Amino acid sequence: MTSRTKGISDGKVFDFLVGVMSFIILAVVLYPLIFVVSASFSDPSRVMNGEMWLLPKGFTVDAYTEIFKNSDIWNGYKNTFIYTTLGTFINIILSTLAAYPLSRRDLPGRNIFMFLITFTMFFHGGLIPTFLVVQDLGMVDTIWAMVIPNAIATYNLIVMRTYFQTSIPWELQESAMIDGCSNIKLLFKIILPLSKPIIAVMVLFYAVGHWNAFFNALIYLRDDQLYPLQLILREILLVNQLSGTESAGMFGMDEKILLGESIKYALVVVASVPVLIMYPFVQKHFVKGVMIGSIKG
Amino acid sequence: MATFKSDASHSDIELRKKTVPRSKVILKQVIKRYDLYLMLLLPLLWYIIFQYGPMYGLQIAFKDFNPALGFMGSDWVGFEHFERFFSSYYFGRLLWNTFSISVLSLVIAFPIPIMLALLINEIRSTALKKWVQNVTYIPHFISVVVIVGMLSLFLDPDSGFVNVLLQSFGKDSIAFLEKPEWFKTIFIGSNIWQSMGWQSIIYVAALSGIDPQLYEAAKIDGATRFQRIIHVSLPGIFPIIIILLILDIGQFMNVGFEKILLMQNSLNLESSEVIQTFVYKNGILNGDFSYSSAIGLFNSIINFILLVLVNHFARKKAETSLW
Repeated sequence: MTSRTKGISDGKVFDFLVGVMSFIILAVVLYPLIFVVSASFSDPSRVMNGEMWLLPKGFTVDAYTEIFKNSDIWNGYKNTFIYTTLGTFINIILSTLAAYPLSRRDLPGRNIFMFLITFTMFFHGGLIPTFLVVQDLGMVDTIWAMVIPNAIATYNLIVMRTYFQTSIPWELQESAMIDGCSNIKLLFKIILPLSKPIIAVMVLFYAVGHWNAFFNALIYLRDDQLYPLQLILREILLVNQLSGTESAGMFGMDEKILLGESIKYALVVVASVPVLIMYPFVQKHFVKGVMIGSIKG
Repeated sequence: MATFKSDASHSDIELRKKTVPRSKVILKQVIKRYDLYLMLLLPLLWYIIFQYGPMYGLQIAFKDFNPALGFMGSDWVGFEHFERFFSSYYFGRLLWNTFSISVLSLVIAFPIPIMLALLINEIRSTALKKWVQNVTYIPHFISVVVIVGMLSLFLDPDSGFVNVLLQSFGKDSIAFLEKPEWFKTIFIGSNIWQSMGWQSIIYVAALSGIDPQLYEAAKIDGATRFQRIIHVSLPGIFPIIIILLILDIGQFMNVGFEKILLMQNSLNLESSEVIQTFVYKNGILNGDFSYSSAIGLFNSIINFILLVLVNHFARKKAETSLW
């Protein structure tokens, strides 16, 4: 009897602790995000003196109007949009073309190809030789440097292959082939229509990667007209070049510096919103993608 | 092929096939599936050019690379670049920074997603569970540039909220991002904030696959919930922990250098310069291609050796491995 009551109270204390820890984690993860959003809508002087700590104080959208006046940021947005769309398109085509044949158990030489592909996950030429190859191909300072050197992510390719292999019944493919269906027709008429979930996951994985990438742009692009949003952000947030905000000059010097701070907060929001907005809709697919990947390990 | 052998004696067709040499049978199979190879053509070409091309180009680590002569035409210099790197005064510092950041990440950041997954698994309320999961995934989708931008805003000595808070307690503000002694803490701390949720997904999935009867049995045996975590949950996800650990160690020397590069400034360089950022600066910015390729190769080889060793060790001791 005593041991049973002890067990119950034990469970309750445990549940309480679990609840407390959950709320601490929620607070730690959410606070910086809420702070950034609130700061971007606040009077910058009230952010700097610590008056604004959770919700916007002295509501204003000045920072956002400044951002939308800035042509560099618009241009960066446009470039990122192009790289993301074109890049993801190429990613999907190449990944599918590789993943499907490699999922076919009746393909002679499949293991050799798989070895060649998986090996690159664990050993690669490295930064400099890759750069030299891309340079030799004349891709430096062109849009192609943004979409071709990263045309396939081996991890994603393996996830896709695993899906084709485990989620589409082999008997279905076999019977289609007995009916005289060619492999190409098989891929387009049977496999792809059955693979919408994995295609969705791949589009999301690749698109988020392109949207957030900055390093390839940093090494391959010289012309700032080609810069993606992330590089523009890097300059404004980290290298501190507030070009194009001369219009802030109509305020005094102090206001300009202050506004500069709140522009940075607003920029963080503007750059992250496109990805975060679609997040609630696609969250389930993302998780599924990670799990398919983990089957193979 | 295996089915062909075992069924061979059962049918005439198979018998007739058996008399045909094996190579011819394979050739026939290949021809029949020529369109599959056509599909593979483009991706394979990409792998050859963009993955194996650079591996071939690694030979410049042993050469004096001259862009006009190309990979092949440049003169061999043997291990000269390696010797220069090993004897340079910054070699020790680079190696130490790279190692210490990696080891700290493995010791501190690696277990946290596991603990988070165990916590999520213990949450009884479905609503709270969903909240914790969905909220902790969010930072994964924020770009590195934005994360580092947020760090510099929050930690700004004058206007960042961390320092405003310190000042309100009567403390002096600290220029965190300029202090070498703070670099590793900030780097690893923000990594944890960004990726713990996302990395917990695999563990949560593995935990949900554990047979509920095991928990029941432990409960009947009088195990408390904490004991059930230790004796049922953890052993249940042990294989996946090992696999992820192996994969992490295979990236040991890479230490998320893109983020480090963004966090670097002349004042914190002493603890933030790692091998990969050094390769970037020497190779891309200064154009010292051969030397930085040699350093990059050194980096890749250590990674690869660690991967092979850890994988071997895991197969022996934990009976789990990548291959």
